[in-house]
Amino acid sequence: MFKKFQPSTDIAGHTPVKSSIQRSIRASVLSQWKIEPETLEAIWPKKEGLIHVKCREHISIYTVHGEPLIFQHFDGPFYPTLKLLHKYPYILPKVQVDRGAIRFLLAGAHMMCPGLTSAGGYLPPADAALPAGSPVAIHAEGKEHAVGVGITKLGTEEMRKVNKGVGVETATYLGDDLWALQTL
Amino acid sequence: MAPKKGQAPPPAAPAAAAPDADAPPPPEPVPPVSVLYCAVCSYPPEYCEFGAHLTKCKEWLKEEHPDLFDKYYSDEALQTKVGTLSLEAQTKLEKDVAKKEIKAEAKADAALKKKMASQIIIKRIERNKRKHITSVFGLEAFGIDLKKASKQFSSKFATGSSVTKNPQGLEEIVVSGDVSDEILEMIENEVGVLKGIPADNVELVEEKKKKAE
Repeated sequence: MFKKFQPSTDIAGHTPVKSSIQRSIRASVLSQWKIEPETLEAIWPKKEGLIHVKCREHISIYTVHGEPLIFQHFDGPFYPTLKLLHKYPYILPKVQVDRGAIRFLLAGAHMMCPGLTSAGGYLPPADAALPAGSPVAIHAEGKEHAVGVGITKLGTEEMRKVNKGVGVETATYLGDDLWALQTL
Repeated sequence: MAPKKGQAPPPAAPAAAAPDADAPPPPEPVPPVSVLYCAVCSYPPEYCEFGAHLTKCKEWLKEEHPDLFDKYYSDEALQTKVGTLSLEAQTKLEKDVAKKEIKAEAKADAALKKKMASQIIIKRIERNKRKHITSVFGLEAFGIDLKKASKQFSSKFATGSSVTKNPQGLEEIVVSGDVSDEILEMIENEVGVLKGIPADNVELVEEKKKKAE
């Protein structure tokens, strides 16, 4: 999503978000992420208005004090930016890819099922299976911090069964243009 | 002789006003994990090996955080890393990284050269017979925030100054009034945000209004 992203050409405008919409964003973030209201309050104080940065291809980035925190594609789920995820690593469920896949992930590729199901990979166990279309933190084998944020294209159980093709679609990853963007 | 230190312990902080002993403590926001980022490639240091500046990253980490350097690049760590990947893939990865590094260096070199060669054009444009505006073009190549520079110009000269797109779609600063010499001087003296510009790269141009067509 952010492999090529230039603030000068890809941003259509900044607008402050209406407080009623902020409330609904806050509610859906709380329901979508595993985050306590207090922590969210610390990241994004109620008093500070959210700024909606509209970008091409229906991407919206929400910033607080110019720092991008949340982004969204069309009406999809809210994703935290990778920097936010590094600070609060538990807010999204975790999947892990094996070492061989890191190289491709850092080049912006989507994550294929075999990389997630192999010995170095990790998928949530069957009793915590994720359905398709849930945002996940992509971790890497032998690494401490997340390397990307993505969305599952298949349910985790399905990934185990099919073991072929795209399992997790990468939304943002370490070193892409959103990562390089400190402030907006 | 007992040194001074143990003398008067600071009065114990007033017990954090506990409203009710029975009530569960008010939920506290979870403090963020502080993550160290490499100053060279901006990745967390554990990912430097996939970046384009591994050698430089290593140097930086060794200097700033020797303990982490040992953690990531000691022989042991390297051994365990290789263990999880086939040897073939590992050598391929190393080769790729080396290649990338060379590429990145060349790119950085080229960018620097381009930066040094890029020109700043200060243009005096005639508005009316006796009125002029001054446009400054090319400041952004030297990493100068155009908005800030324009603000600086307007407060310095007490005139209007704005960042506008020129017909080519590139941004330039337009200052009202003929201030081209003053701006040149400011660039030479590196006033305010105008830093790091070699004076040789600045060019003064005059543009007369075209005769009525």
